[in-house]
Amino acid sequence: MTSAIEFRGVSRVFGDVRAVDDVSFSIDPGEFFAMLGPSGSGKTTSLRLVAGFDLPDAGQVMLDGADVSAVPPFERNVNTVFQDYALFPHMTVLENVAYGPRVRGVDAGTRAQRAREMLDLVQLGAQGERRPAQLSGGQRQRVALARALINQPKVLLLDEPLGALDLKLREEMQIELKGLQRRLGITFVYVTHDQGEALSMADRVAVFNKGRIEQLAAPRELYARPRTAFVAKFVGSANVADADLADKLVAGAQPFAIRAENIAVLADSAPLAADSVAAPGAVVAVQFHGAASRWQVKLDAGEVWSALVTEEDARKLNGLAVGARVRLAWPRNAAVPLSSESSGS
Amino acid sequence: MRAASTFFYRRPYWYLALLLVPPLLWFGTVYLGSLFALLWQSFYRIDDFTAQVVREPTLETYKQLVTQPANIDIVLRTLFMAIAVTIACAVIALPIATYMARYASGRMKALFYVGVMLPMWTSYLVKVYAWRLLLAKEGIIAWVCAKLGLLGLLETALEAPGIGGPSLSSSYIGMFLVFVYMWLPFMILPMAAALERVPGSLIQASADLGARPSQTFRNVVLPLAVPGIAAGSVFTFSLTLGDFIIPSVVGAPGYFIGMMVYVQQGTAGNVPLAAAFSVVPIVLIFIYLSIARRFGAFDAL
Repeated sequence: MTSAIEFRGVSRVFGDVRAVDDVSFSIDPGEFFAMLGPSGSGKTTSLRLVAGFDLPDAGQVMLDGADVSAVPPFERNVNTVFQDYALFPHMTVLENVAYGPRVRGVDAGTRAQRAREMLDLVQLGAQGERRPAQLSGGQRQRVALARALINQPKVLLLDEPLGALDLKLREEMQIELKGLQRRLGITFVYVTHDQGEALSMADRVAVFNKGRIEQLAAPRELYARPRTAFVAKFVGSANVADADLADKLVAGAQPFAIRAENIAVLADSAPLAADSVAAPGAVVAVQFHGAASRWQVKLDAGEVWSALVTEEDARKLNGLAVGARVRLAWPRNAAVPLSSESSGS
Repeated sequence: MRAASTFFYRRPYWYLALLLVPPLLWFGTVYLGSLFALLWQSFYRIDDFTAQVVREPTLETYKQLVTQPANIDIVLRTLFMAIAVTIACAVIALPIATYMARYASGRMKALFYVGVMLPMWTSYLVKVYAWRLLLAKEGIIAWVCAKLGLLGLLETALEAPGIGGPSLSSSYIGMFLVFVYMWLPFMILPMAAALERVPGSLIQASADLGARPSQTFRNVVLPLAVPGIAAGSVFTFSLTLGDFIIPSVVGAPGYFIGMMVYVQQGTAGNVPLAAAFSVVPIVLIFIYLSIARRFGAFDAL
């Protein structure tokens, strides 16, 4: 099977910054692929390299088996949903959606009909004659989606498409986007800095850091077995013990990560379960989150770690407040060993 | 002081009044008032026999303006020059403004802005007289043409009926060149400002949807630059309509509106006719703006 997108040793350099640094990966047709990372990690530049807004300094970008490294965006069969939507302010919603067919020479009647179909698809059938400025953020987002899908691209690129929406709308749109992708069966490449978004929607997630992919895996795998400290911290904000700290906590141990929900907070005197490890510390803060609360504990060994404590367990810790001495305890087998090749940040 | 601040803070309309009344008084009385006083003069007429202004409202002067072929010639000549200068300025300014707004950055951008504005900081008269020398029969432009073997081309251009003449400095072509040079910054700056407000993502989106650069320019960049072009063209158009120095220093001897106003209120002492002539640019600009509006030039504002 030919990959929908393939990067072969791709680099893009701006001055002395290696925005994308010798990156290789491939995306299967019909896959929902997320590029996750903090700002400046190279995820957006990678997306721009797929769209053709940027051309690689080294390596090859392949689309559907063809090398497009030097092909301009208007000759690539991919379309983009922009972070700011980039709707044309001087055109109506219908004209915006019909723009792709229009510049490709489709006659006025056909393109208007297809644009109306696309607007129906995103449930904006009645808004065709309005200007983008008259729409809400969520509606603009749908127009951008309809406009990008009308050319029937093999690949749809989404650059932080939900970033400007409020939480509730964002969650609705996540479900809708995922459903749309399944229905249309086209490849989605989704750039985001929100790990929750990437984990909940994508088939596979590439975690970017400093122009490289730290780990490329399915969401569950990524969450359960982060390969590096960076991934462990960025995806689900795990507690990380680097070589130094690991050795202090468990003599001779390699660097490892441990999720907040796998750590129990024990009163100083409470007994330790078999096959568990404990580290003493002092409570720095307790944040209430509803079903659970997050306890920040400064370990005597140095770092501040957090533990997720259910309400039931919290009741057993009755009376413990900021400043109290506690022990953090976790089962040995919950610790995920980390590769030491990347120190993370 | 504090009491006064509190007083105005609690009464925003008083504050607004304090801010606006002095400039509005100035604008209303001195600026618009004198303009209307001038325009009012156009409804008087001059007594041909005594050469005195007859202070009775009449349309006699306007009748003279629109019926005498010489006057109509002056209006049309000025109008055509203004249209030609505006089109030329727009055509030359567009690539420069596009570069300044979309491509240049940092030092290059500053250099371009200073370069565009620099000529405006020198004396207008110096520039006009300098151009007369540049355009003269023995001037540098003719010399360069001769060196490049293009003298034939220059002579052919100067033989053109109506716009030619014995030399560039005494032809309408030369006058046109000077006008374009003088007003170009007034076109580039608003155009660059308009283009600067076009987000880069719109241009990427257009390319993304399959538009070649020429299509993107036509469908996205140009429509969004139109308000800037309209603003710039109002400057170049009205400046050309009203100018009297360039036509009197460079070019063929035919009169322009500005010169006519100058001559009529000065040596000829016919203030009503001068006033009537100064109404012409105002009317033409109103017509121009309504046409521009009809074509949607201000839709994107």
